[in-house]
Amino acid sequence: MQNIRILTAGDSSLLVEFGAEISPEINRKIAATVQLLKEQHIEGIVDMIPTYCSLLINYDPRVLSYEEIRERVFAIVRVETIAGTQRKRVFEIPVCYGGEYGPDMDNIAKHAGLTEEEVIRIHSSKDYLIYMLGFLPGFTYLGGLDERIHTPRLANPRLKISAGSVGIGGSQTGIYPLDSPGGWQLMGMTPVKTYDPNREVPILVEAGDYIRFVPIDEAEYLRIKDLAERGEYQCTVHEGGV
Amino acid sequence: MGIRILKGGMLTTVQDLGRTGYQSQGFSVAGVMDVRSFKIANLLLDNPENEAVLEITLIGPTLEFTSATIIAITGGDFGPTVNGEPVPMYTALYINKGDILKFGSARTGSRGYIAFSSYLEIPVVMGSRCTNMKSSLGGFKGRKLMAGDYINFRIKRRYLPFFLSRKLNLNEFDQMSAELRVVMGPQDDKFSKQGIETFLNSEYTVTSDFDRMGCRLEGPFIASKDGSDIISDGISFGSVQVPSHGKPIILLSDRQTTGGYAKIATVASVDIPKLVQRKTDHKIRFRAITVQEAQKLYLDEVKELDAMRRLIHQPCKEVLECRLVAKRLRTLFES
Repeated sequence: MQNIRILTAGDSSLLVEFGAEISPEINRKIAATVQLLKEQHIEGIVDMIPTYCSLLINYDPRVLSYEEIRERVFAIVRVETIAGTQRKRVFEIPVCYGGEYGPDMDNIAKHAGLTEEEVIRIHSSKDYLIYMLGFLPGFTYLGGLDERIHTPRLANPRLKISAGSVGIGGSQTGIYPLDSPGGWQLMGMTPVKTYDPNREVPILVEAGDYIRFVPIDEAEYLRIKDLAERGEYQCTVHEGGV
Repeated sequence: MGIRILKGGMLTTVQDLGRTGYQSQGFSVAGVMDVRSFKIANLLLDNPENEAVLEITLIGPTLEFTSATIIAITGGDFGPTVNGEPVPMYTALYINKGDILKFGSARTGSRGYIAFSSYLEIPVVMGSRCTNMKSSLGGFKGRKLMAGDYINFRIKRRYLPFFLSRKLNLNEFDQMSAELRVVMGPQDDKFSKQGIETFLNSEYTVTSDFDRMGCRLEGPFIASKDGSDIISDGISFGSVQVPSHGKPIILLSDRQTTGGYAKIATVASVDIPKLVQRKTDHKIRFRAITVQEAQKLYLDEVKELDAMRRLIHQPCKEVLECRLVAKRLRTLFES
């Protein structure tokens, strides 16, 4: 753990830097640290923002001084075994690919020199690690998109991309959690609400979880969408060790 | 019973201390810009520390009350009037049914706060009543207030003890410049020695790019060692981010949760109000202090607010004198 640095970020935040590269190992350590900090219920910690290779901790200086929080955090990151004990959660996200649901599927297939079916197979054949959430509520930064289907962003970004759109932007893939402008190439739509402010848990996933895209047809899309609108759809989640 | 918005002003929103606990999922904290003025407004009415208020910006709103209540106005001076008569700020004010509370444009400062003893009936979303406009979340329908909007009160509360004592000294926001104390880091090591000297020894100017998300400053170029891009990390309230154009941007209440530019320093919490009450063309200077000093300032302000709370809970001089006279008179008649 000699690479870990604790940096000041004002009088109410601390930045724990776990390294200076994007890697699943570093990200897993961060997710495990967040988990341990949550389990310890440290009074005075207000919020945590895990990102690619660091963790920002917001705290209340009325409860914890800089020295105190620094010591508490050091005690946790010093533990070498944290990476081994972590659970793995995979969320299945059903996606209706192509057609009116994925207006840029042609672009993606042409750019890759593949058929639409091959693009779908490649895109849905692996579990993507959620490195972090940010930019919009519930927007996931996923790692590990197959190089064959990397596709540059649109030259002219769309003014509105509907919530649930699944797309590719360069080497990244992801889901739009709410209507937003954006330049990603759209390949399909999920009927699942990845963000619902009225749900008890507004965002389903956390950094450190995985996403698996599962191709569905239009009939299934409409069936799930109907359930999701009524708040009765539950994503399939696979749990296990890493 | 509540308030009807007759004019919305430039940007009037429901705010509290913000929606914390959800930043890991990409939710901005939002919340008030000037935490000190917000706390004083609630304190004057014995409200809970985090009770929702209206934050008004540069041009204030006009409100009509449909029931009696007590209010307190703090922050910048927008020349508030009730039924056309000027009313004092930093003072508890009785309001009657039908009264019209009107604000002009900010003479000093740029943001004002209105607290209500009857509490605004705004649903709590994810632990907060604050408005997150970018995500259309919380507050009044997730947006700024407009003419015709109506907000109910949650309770009837038209009495407060020691009413005449509920006056505090005004915070003056009439200066054209501010010195902000900062704690260096987290990425000050991305900047050259000269870059850091420039940052700490130059005068910067507030540009018109100044909203609830952040404040862009114009001034001398801050040199980095080898570019200021970093792998995206978390952003705090008051982070001073310096992109490759070399000019600082201070991130505020509606900041995004993460960003990919190096942050040279973070403004001390107690000095953020000095920044958010500035206007375009005002001047800003930075001075480095240690994290321990910044935390001491923070705790000193907590004590200062406690002292204000005690002050407004003592009978005021005028009332004490009357009581004394009454006591003497009584002894005369009783004998």
